[in-house]
Amino acid sequence: MSEEPKVDRLIDARNTFCPGPLMELIRAIREAKVGEVIGVLSSDTGSKRDIPLWTSKAGHKLIGIYEKAGYAEIVVQKMK
Amino acid sequence: MAERLSMIVFSGTVDKLYPVSILASGAVAMGMDVDIFLTFWGLNAFFKDTIKTNTRMSKDFEDMTSMMMQVMKEKKVPSWHDTLRKAKELGNVRIHACSMTLDLLGLKKENLDDMVDDIMGVGEFIETARDSKITLFI
Repeated sequence: MSEEPKVDRLIDARNTFCPGPLMELIRAIREAKVGEVIGVLSSDTGSKRDIPLWTSKAGHKLIGIYEKAGYAEIVVQKMK
Repeated sequence: MAERLSMIVFSGTVDKLYPVSILASGAVAMGMDVDIFLTFWGLNAFFKDTIKTNTRMSKDFEDMTSMMMQVMKEKKVPSWHDTLRKAKELGNVRIHACSMTLDLLGLKKENLDDMVDDIMGVGEFIETARDSKITLFI
C-alpha cells in the first residue's frame, strides 16, 4: 500500500485510547454521506484490528492501513 | 433483534468501572444492545453527587492506585463515566438500578446520575438477560 487515497474527512484520534478511535470513526461514518472516504489517525494498537473488523461487520470498505511514525492512518469508505 | 451484552455491575471501584464502560462501548460498536444492572457498590458509584469524584480502587492493588491515577491523568484518559455516556449516545445501552439496593439505602431515582434509565427488580433483569449472548458479573 504505497499510493495513499484522498480522504474527505480526517479524524485525528491520536493519543486517545481503545475504544476511542473506533468510536470516533463510527460517529463520523454516521454523519458522512455514502461514498465518503474517512481517515482515522490512531496511535492505539488495537485500532488496526478492531477498525477493520468493525468496517467489514458494518458493511463498509477498508481502503487501507498506512503506517506512520508512531501511529497509523486507517482509511475507510462509507458504503451504505 | 440485536444481540445483547448483559452486565451485572456489583463493583464500585474505578478500576472495575472502566472495563464496564469500555466493554459497553465495544458492544455498541459491534452492533449489540447492552443492559447493565447496577447493584450494591455498582449502584453506589452512580450517585449523582459522587459519580465524578469517586477515586476508589480495588484494595488488592492499593499500592498501585496513585501511580495508575497519575498515568491516566497524564495520558488524558477519559473518565469511565464519560466513556459510558458516549457509548449510550452511540448505541442502545440501558442502565437499570437494583430496586433492593436503592430501598436499602433509602434513596430514589433522583439521587442517581441521569444515565440510569430505570429501577428494576432482579427478576425482571434476569428476564431481560435471559437471551443475552454474553453475560458478565463485574
